[in-house]
Amino acid sequence: MKVLIRSDFYLLLEALRRNNYKTIGPTIKDGAIVYDKINSSEDLPIGWTDKQDAGKYRLEKRNDDALFGYVVGPQSWKKFLNPPIQKLWHAAKTENKFDIIPEKPDDTKFAFIGVRSCELNAIFIQDKVFTSGEYVNQNYKLRRDNAFIVAVNCVESGGTCFCVSMNTGPKAEKGFDISLTEIVKDGHHNFLIESGSEKGEKILSEIPHRTAIQNEINFGNELISNAAATMGRVLDTSNIRNLLLNNLDHPQWDKVAERCLSCANCTMVCPTCFCTTVEDTTDLTGEHAERWQKWDSCFTIDFSYIHGGSIRNSVKSRYRQWMTHKLATWHDQFGTSGCVGCGRCITWCPVEIDITAEVRAIKESSK
Amino acid sequence: MESLEKILQQHPFIQGLAPEHVQLIVGCAKNAVFEAGKFLFQEDEEASEFYILRSGKVSLEIFTPEYGPVAIQTVGEGDILGWSWLIPPYVWRMDGRAIETTRAISLDGKCLRGKCEKDPKLGYELMKRLANVFEQRLNAMRLQLLDIYSIKVPDKK
Amino acid sequence: MDPMIPTQYKIQRVKKETQDVFTVELIPTEGERKFSFGAGQFNMLYIFGTGEIPISISGNPNKTGVLIHTTRTVGMVTKAMSKLKAGDTIGVRGPYGSTWPVKEAIGNDIVIIAGGIGLAPLRTAIYEILRERESYGRIAILYGTRTPDDILFKRELEKLKSRLDLDVQVTVDRAARTWNGNVGVVTTLIPRVRFDPKNTTAMICGPEIMMKYSISELMKSGLSAEKIFLSMERNMKCGIGFCGHCQYGTEFICKDGPIFKYERIKHLFGKREI
Repeated sequence: MKVLIRSDFYLLLEALRRNNYKTIGPTIKDGAIVYDKINSSEDLPIGWTDKQDAGKYRLEKRNDDALFGYVVGPQSWKKFLNPPIQKLWHAAKTENKFDIIPEKPDDTKFAFIGVRSCELNAIFIQDKVFTSGEYVNQNYKLRRDNAFIVAVNCVESGGTCFCVSMNTGPKAEKGFDISLTEIVKDGHHNFLIESGSEKGEKILSEIPHRTAIQNEINFGNELISNAAATMGRVLDTSNIRNLLLNNLDHPQWDKVAERCLSCANCTMVCPTCFCTTVEDTTDLTGEHAERWQKWDSCFTIDFSYIHGGSIRNSVKSRYRQWMTHKLATWHDQFGTSGCVGCGRCITWCPVEIDITAEVRAIKESSK
Repeated sequence: MESLEKILQQHPFIQGLAPEHVQLIVGCAKNAVFEAGKFLFQEDEEASEFYILRSGKVSLEIFTPEYGPVAIQTVGEGDILGWSWLIPPYVWRMDGRAIETTRAISLDGKCLRGKCEKDPKLGYELMKRLANVFEQRLNAMRLQLLDIYSIKVPDKK
Repeated sequence: MDPMIPTQYKIQRVKKETQDVFTVELIPTEGERKFSFGAGQFNMLYIFGTGEIPISISGNPNKTGVLIHTTRTVGMVTKAMSKLKAGDTIGVRGPYGSTWPVKEAIGNDIVIIAGGIGLAPLRTAIYEILRERESYGRIAILYGTRTPDDILFKRELEKLKSRLDLDVQVTVDRAARTWNGNVGVVTTLIPRVRFDPKNTTAMICGPEIMMKYSISELMKSGLSAEKIFLSMERNMKCGIGFCGHCQYGTEFICKDGPIFKYERIKHLFGKREI
């Protein structure tokens, strides 16, 4: 374990850029912390934190100048690895033939700065969806292979966090290139830093650092343990797959459907939701066609449309599809839960639906 | 009459019925053959028979003024045909027309009604078996009513 | 090779089957590429500028030179497709999905139950089974459709009907007197077919409700859920498990199906709005 001092932090970003990475990290926009291009450490939300609860999100000033003193905002890294809108190909028509020209794959090398453990686990889950089956999503794989991940271990937890329940945090255990633990204490501001890959080792070798002393390591662990002990939410995952699949007709689905607006916010903010649709367009001459892929949501009526009508017409069935997929059938499909406990679906639900409370309601009434 | 009894006993509708009840039924039974194209019965006629079909095919048709006869269902080997003999006013509600040479055992409805009245055990047993057929036919009709193969295109003007 | 990029095929022939069903025969535009597929699989067909939809293959799996799809005009894409002519181009991605259990069913009696356009995907299985007729026991093909005019592959069915080693029965929902065949739903044919329930494989394709009634009739005859196979349909955008649309509870129709053993999906089958 090494130590990077705060005043050298910018050198990490510089080293990444020198190695042709486009540095993406948290920054403040429209009153929220979003992931966007960052040029220097000054672009980070220095000294800010977020207060989150069901349907609530506020930024507040901290008493210190921490760079990573907040949890997760509305966006996740999927917007870079699997963009909300992407052109797959275009085609030009000549008489009764057409030529399909695949879109040049985006080979940008992203460096993601400040990936939380829950988010890292969400990336692992999307890896399974897009790259572990018979077919491989080439665009995703390229971006993913190119990505450099700077993980940040959470030393505080948010109001809607429950990564401990999902066994996905708050410490990033694997899959990062570099991991950081930010320590602001008694006038000192340092990062415990370690590499998790060859790529990470190389970058680390290019920036000044010193070996950490045991006290520093202990203190970092203490902070992480403290975050683990103060989770805003708890989700009891014992036997959760069978609990939900055995209760597909539970009255709780009707109850939640009375509140749910079917707005699809939860699916948009969820770091593991992967559904997409495609749109085919032509220009006015009718000779040029394009195929675009866009994020889609199981909360829309059209999502399940087959000739004749939609399979999931009621809000109840759509909420049930989302939640049972996330927490139950995902296990059958990909051998893992589809939930990482980041809490975004709770925070960004306009009517404060809380997935942990919904599970509890079903659990308690089926005892 | 013994052969008729055997034939009856082997028919799915009669199978497992108590021998004394089969005996009673045989008393009302006779063989019947209908060539293709012949009517077993026609709408509004008095329903005096109950058919236990042994082979062939019978089309049940409703006559419509605009389209002529419309086939609703076909029945054949192993099926039974007709329950109007049991239900007042004992008239056929549709046409029954053989579309293949059809062999059946024809039971006299009045005779059968009389025996059922006298022997409620037989009556109830027959009723249960008929109810089973009603249920199957009704279910099939429901499915048919759904018109499941038709195209429903919402954007079709 | 990006699985999202269609390969171009040229239309060799468009054949009108019934008032609203047509068959397209496709040949590769480049080289002598053969198109190998398993009975029951589907392709994603792209019509220039209009869109892409999953359509099951209806041709003979042993004739790899031509790729045959039969579909009904039900939406925008199939409508556009029905207007294409010989020489036009279609984009093809596939073949995708699971296959009818023609190999596993060797030695068994076979009951094939098709409803409406459901005969198209089952035709691939019929070809496969009849190629090795002697490997199977009794074979029944039960087909239900709306009216006599809606009967698919009429000539082929007639040929099959004339074979003594097959029990082919067709039924329609309604008919005029010119029709001398069966009238009634396809499920009413099941009790009339002879098969050994302990040693029979059933393959069903048609509207879900028709499959539901067929399964219940088959199970009444003693068939186990392990021996009943059905082809499911859901919305599909990618065909390869990425878009999420075709999820059916624990299953993806595109990669786990479309052909499922009933045993595998019976916990979902018939559940509303799954």
